[in-house]
Amino acid sequence: MHSIAEGLAKKQRKISVAEFFERNKQILGFDTSTRALITSVKEAVDNALDACEEAGILPDILVELKSIDDDEYLIIVEDNGPGIVRKQIPHVFARLLYGSRFHSLKQSRGQQGIGISAAVLYSQLTTGKPTVVTSKIGDGFPAHRCTLLIDTKKNRPEILHDEMTHWEKSSGTRIELAMRGSYVRNRKQSVYGYLRSTAIVNPHAHITFIEPNGNKIVFERVTDKLPPQPREIKPHPYGIELGTFIKMAKESKARKLTSFLSSEFSSVSLQKAKEIIKIAGLDPSISPNKISLEDAKRIVDAFKKVKLMSPPTDCLSPIGEILIKRGLRKEMDALSPEFISTDKRNPSVYSGIPFMVETGIVYGGNLPADERVEILRFANRVPLLYQEGDCVITRGIKNMDWRRYGLQQRGGKGIPFGPAIILVHISSVNIPFTSESKEAIANVEEIEKEVKLSLQQCARKMKGHLSKKDRKVKAKNKFTLISKILPEIAKKSSEMLGKPTPPIDDVITKIMNIIWIDDDVQYEDGKIKSTISITNYKNKPQSFELYAALPDERELGEIKPEAQKVEEEYIMWKIEKIKPAEKIELSFQLMGMEKGDFEENILYVRGIDPVNVIGAEKWEGD
Amino acid sequence: MTVADRNRAAVEEMMKIAEEIYNDLKNSRIPELVIPSRTKSNIIFDERHRVWKYGKNTSTRSAVSLAGAYMLLRTVYTIDFIKKMIDQKKSSTLRELYYISEGWGEGKFSSQDDSDRLAEDLEILTKKLREDMRLRPEEDGARVIGDLVVEEITRKGDKRRIHCQDDVGDSGYSIPYNVEKEKVKIKETNAKIVMAVETGGMFDRLVENGFDEKRNAILVHLKGQPARSTRRFIKRLNEEKNIPVVVFTDGDPWSYRIFASVAYGAIKTAHISEYLATPSAEFLGVTPSDIHNYELPTDDLTKEDIAALKSELSDPRFKDDFWENEIKLQLKMGKKSEQQALAKYGLDYVTDVYLPEKLAEMGYDI
Repeated sequence: MHSIAEGLAKKQRKISVAEFFERNKQILGFDTSTRALITSVKEAVDNALDACEEAGILPDILVELKSIDDDEYLIIVEDNGPGIVRKQIPHVFARLLYGSRFHSLKQSRGQQGIGISAAVLYSQLTTGKPTVVTSKIGDGFPAHRCTLLIDTKKNRPEILHDEMTHWEKSSGTRIELAMRGSYVRNRKQSVYGYLRSTAIVNPHAHITFIEPNGNKIVFERVTDKLPPQPREIKPHPYGIELGTFIKMAKESKARKLTSFLSSEFSSVSLQKAKEIIKIAGLDPSISPNKISLEDAKRIVDAFKKVKLMSPPTDCLSPIGEILIKRGLRKEMDALSPEFISTDKRNPSVYSGIPFMVETGIVYGGNLPADERVEILRFANRVPLLYQEGDCVITRGIKNMDWRRYGLQQRGGKGIPFGPAIILVHISSVNIPFTSESKEAIANVEEIEKEVKLSLQQCARKMKGHLSKKDRKVKAKNKFTLISKILPEIAKKSSEMLGKPTPPIDDVITKIMNIIWIDDDVQYEDGKIKSTISITNYKNKPQSFELYAALPDERELGEIKPEAQKVEEEYIMWKIEKIKPAEKIELSFQLMGMEKGDFEENILYVRGIDPVNVIGAEKWEGD
Repeated sequence: MTVADRNRAAVEEMMKIAEEIYNDLKNSRIPELVIPSRTKSNIIFDERHRVWKYGKNTSTRSAVSLAGAYMLLRTVYTIDFIKKMIDQKKSSTLRELYYISEGWGEGKFSSQDDSDRLAEDLEILTKKLREDMRLRPEEDGARVIGDLVVEEITRKGDKRRIHCQDDVGDSGYSIPYNVEKEKVKIKETNAKIVMAVETGGMFDRLVENGFDEKRNAILVHLKGQPARSTRRFIKRLNEEKNIPVVVFTDGDPWSYRIFASVAYGAIKTAHISEYLATPSAEFLGVTPSDIHNYELPTDDLTKEDIAALKSELSDPRFKDDFWENEIKLQLKMGKKSEQQALAKYGLDYVTDVYLPEKLAEMGYDI
């Protein structure tokens, strides 16, 4: 994150921002006219979402594209956020790298992209036209309307007009900018594709999109709950770079080195601070503002030699399994997917930086069965559309053997083929992007591992669904066999021989020879009732344990009969001596759910050979 | 034994199968039928009859699986149908058997392959011929021209003598589906050889060129993969009148299989090879060597041809030096020829040059 700022600062002496921009179009995301439109919309929408969330407002965002000329479009993005005070408007929109969060360690979209000012600059460079920003900070305040350009020599805003105006909205910001671009649809890398993906991982947002031809698309919100605000955390010594450390030391208000370390870093107690300074061989009482480069190096080296606790991880704001599922279900509705599975990992740490992986797999329905699966990558709720091949998420997917989960994959490596969409969301206070364009996440071993573990869990659920389906088809065949074909054979053969029809019950038990587990999920008024029925088609009484997996973030209602164990992730019943031909029913309720949040049970058995059971998998342990 | 006796014996055997299924159910056993597996890997050479028959491998049709249960249900329905048909002195084609199953509810066949196969299964289980169950194939046997007199019982019950040159038109005597002694008697013949010909075009060429008269041959048109009655008729000519049999086909892997079914027995009907196969029959051509020696016009082998040739290399029926050399030669050339390619040298070349040369080479003095 420093490289560009420092690079820009250095280069600024010699070249203007316009030149700098021209030379770095690609890393800034403006290398093609299609991408320029997407990047501009992305910057504006990311800002809008961040602003709304920080202010605790449910985002209501309008994106409109108007065709001005063959290759010129007007982009309008309007939000209902808190607005921007008049004084700040020119700095936010017309000054490159203003207010970038260089050492803020907080999960936010804003870490991504070069900022909206790059879009303003691109607009100005390609059309010569100014950008118009309207903003209002609340009822009783006037709205301000600024017409801006960037002075490319000085990297300073130039205000052409500034007027007070009336705006119905109680608060919000609207930006209008014209630029050269080309509009495409029907692919992932498009404004539509970006907004659709955004809608999936921002289920609390309401987004209206008006295409250049006037076509209006509304992405509805699926939850009225704003995501919890991520907390800012202090940097952890394990991940700190020398440059950042020096900057922090110079700006520190702490009087001594010990208090500097213990108050401005996470997981450093006073005790640990002393230990670090001792290892570095420095005087604990010197002022952090006065340390030399050499001293700084020694401290950063000493950081690696002490045992420290991991940084706090409750600073992350994941989406949550149920909301991912709702988001996917809503946006994939047209595909009528057969099954959606999700998974959420516990937070983890790389180089002292907390991160967290969430995944989802959409399977079946109208998805093409013989094409490469679609990969939806997200970082801090922002879709990553480009550089798929360079991303650790793609790497994790490629390095997993998907064949065991029912997808095709040549040689067990590479992107799998099959009717599936794979979603991976990584949240972190500092996403390690490969470059400033922030489209691919770097190959960090810890992240790849977490991606794989999460996808494996997700894929296991998918496979569970598939094999359950498969075995149910087989079981259905057996039911046809015993209920239709076998009685027919008995009837016809006895008729031909002029003998009485023989009883076939024993033969039926012999043919079935299984425990049949069936389940039913009913939704009613925010309540889901799941009923599991077990029938013993074996010729002896059977005893075993039955586990029913519970979804994430659920609230349990009534469980019948009383379960032997209720844990975070499952309910366990002990089934004692179910007699041949006996059928028993178990049930549980989930409260505060929406239709589709929980569609089928994932069941496991223990204490019985799973070959003898249809409708449940082998229990693999907690 | 009259035809009626044979029918009655077949019904008796079939009812035993129905009874077996019934008894299984009655005694709380899962009903099943055990049948020899009908695959290339399960045929063995029967020294006594010098033909290829099924070996010891079996497959079980058990009601434990849905497919097996369907098969058992169809079996009882089919037996019931055949029994009633025989009681009424009717017969039906295999295709009619398939269509009649429309009325059998769950016992309905899903394709004619299924019903054809079941008819063969019943033959294997009862050790009776399909013809004894009054099931006949769609097409009759093929055509015969030559110095031969047969006596056929017509559908009116009369005996009719037919001379297969004098009493027939250019298309010859047509072999009926039932060629057992009760129906067809082979009477006088002076022929020195039976020549079984694959294609109608070549059969007609030999007839037009008067090959049957000039060389004293009985020409039998195989019509591709020969019907059972054709194979049975050839066998009877060979055994009862002691006339040698040669087979003249195209030079491709499919034609070699036609020869194999005439001489060794077909895999599908290996349970009745001793009724159908003529072990002394010899392959005349077109051989891959002929393609080379006679410089015949060729086509490239297709992917399917190559696979078929390779499969023949692992087929026990083709395990001898002659076939191994010829098949390997053909795979090396990558070419195939039709018997009518001999017309390259004129219409009479086949009768004046090719066949006499080949027959002499094989040791026939005709």
